[in-house]
Amino acid sequence: MSLEDIKAGLEQTFPFLQGAVSVPRPRRIFVDVGPAHTAEVMEHVVLRLGFSSLSAITGLDEGATFGVIYHVNTPQGDVLSLKTHLERTSPAVKTVTGYFPSADIYERELTDLLGIQVKGLAPGHRYPLPDSWPAGEYPLRKGWKAVC
Amino acid sequence: MHDLRDLHDVKVPFGPQHPALKEPESFLISLRGEKITSMSVRLGYNHRGIEKACEERTYVQDVYLLERICGICSHSHSTCFVQAVEEIAGLRVPERALYIRSLIGELERIHSHLLWLGVAGHEVGFDTLLMYAWRDREVVMDILVKLTGNRVNYGINTIGGVRRDITADQIQEVLEAVRALEEKTKYYIQVATEEVTFVKRMSGVGVLLPEDAVRLGAVGPTARASGVDRDIRRDDPYAAYARIPFKVPTSTHNDVYGRAVVRLSELMESYQMIRKILKDLPEGPLTVRAPRKVPAGESLSRYEAPRGEDVHYVKSNGTEKPERVKVRAPTLANIQAVSRMLEDRYLADLPIVIAAIDPCFSCTDRLIGVKQEARRKKDTMSWEEVRVSGIRWYRERGIDFSSLNKELERWLG
Repeated sequence: MSLEDIKAGLEQTFPFLQGAVSVPRPRRIFVDVGPAHTAEVMEHVVLRLGFSSLSAITGLDEGATFGVIYHVNTPQGDVLSLKTHLERTSPAVKTVTGYFPSADIYERELTDLLGIQVKGLAPGHRYPLPDSWPAGEYPLRKGWKAVC
Repeated sequence: MHDLRDLHDVKVPFGPQHPALKEPESFLISLRGEKITSMSVRLGYNHRGIEKACEERTYVQDVYLLERICGICSHSHSTCFVQAVEEIAGLRVPERALYIRSLIGELERIHSHLLWLGVAGHEVGFDTLLMYAWRDREVVMDILVKLTGNRVNYGINTIGGVRRDITADQIQEVLEAVRALEEKTKYYIQVATEEVTFVKRMSGVGVLLPEDAVRLGAVGPTARASGVDRDIRRDDPYAAYARIPFKVPTSTHNDVYGRAVVRLSELMESYQMIRKILKDLPEGPLTVRAPRKVPAGESLSRYEAPRGEDVHYVKSNGTEKPERVKVRAPTLANIQAVSRMLEDRYLADLPIVIAAIDPCFSCTDRLIGVKQEARRKKDTMSWEEVRVSGIRWYRERGIDFSSLNKELERWLG
């Protein structure tokens, strides 16, 4: 199935994705989805479209919102970037460790560097900041400046 | 006779500073007798603030900064980044530049895999192999110096192409080096597959079944040694790889032995790829002009680093500095499989199992600027201040090296 077919299929299955799917080049597809629909679109792309491996999770400070991008790929080399946006006050996402156990470390990174809480994540070490790092300091937020 | 039912779990800290680890990382191991029952990993000791720093620098400055994420796979990171920026800016990189990027990429793979071979030999008590492999690695390091000016951090990439050309004389030198290394590698393959002690020490150790490799997101030689046939160079080609035929070696041994065989086989593939690159090297310019300000957009770039899939996500905002740069180095993907590899295995297997994923924690951890609440105004030290502070720290604890230093000076004349 080509990425153009996947795009058409996504827009048909999820009408709210009209205009939110783009294929900027071969083997890359970007899907922009609201937080209310992230879980169902994620389930669809992982279980039905074969994007069964996780490359990374990127957190973004977008100013008014926070962005979270799940970069999932197929064994054939296609990568789908599923982007969602979170309210700035108490930003939170649900864990995707049910699909990808390896998501654990990337989700801890979201919490440490951007202050995005991950619901359902098993207890564990923080990553990557030191244990003594002051609470409420999130280095990848745009307003945060390194002192040195 | 001892009653083994009396055994209870003992927790042993391994790291963050440990002779068996080449970089700081911390493992907390639960042992029952000599067997590992569970393990937890704490990373982050090499976090240096690179992603944040990228947002405060221009794209060109970031090429050099990102190249310094790692000393071993520096070309992997810089190529991965410039590819993302070039895609957003809509640049059409000249063919000759793409071939030179692939050439340096394969030379980097050779030096990285030979380095690994030596480390693996050392971890299993085969130090002769360490000496041989590292001696021969110098051949490829010399070639990299001649082509780029540096052993690591080559500075060959720029946005829009490469900064140095390759001459006809250099091509001959590379071909001669490749010929010599190929002969050496054949010998190492013979040693790795026929030397009984080596084979026995590696076989059945650090087992990672194919389904676990996929489930836990393993990449690169670690995944391929568990039969997972994936290689970004073939599956998502970049640089000149779409035009270079090559095989992707895999193994179904699922253990450290398989990882050794895969890496050695990859060396042989890299040699023939380099010959093909140099034979087909197209004529033409090295760069296209890149804009200082990159239009708003985003791109995800992937690269098959020596340790596996390297991922860079870049978001631009129309200025000369990126809005966001995200780096996912291969070790972060592979380290999560290590706990699985060591479950119910002997403690003595731990160093070689960790070494067998060829970990690079500098890549994994990336960034940070230290912020001290109590000393907001000045929290940096010059080298001299660090030295003086270190001496004072030891003296306060009753340790004084002055007499030892004087004695050393006397011995050294």
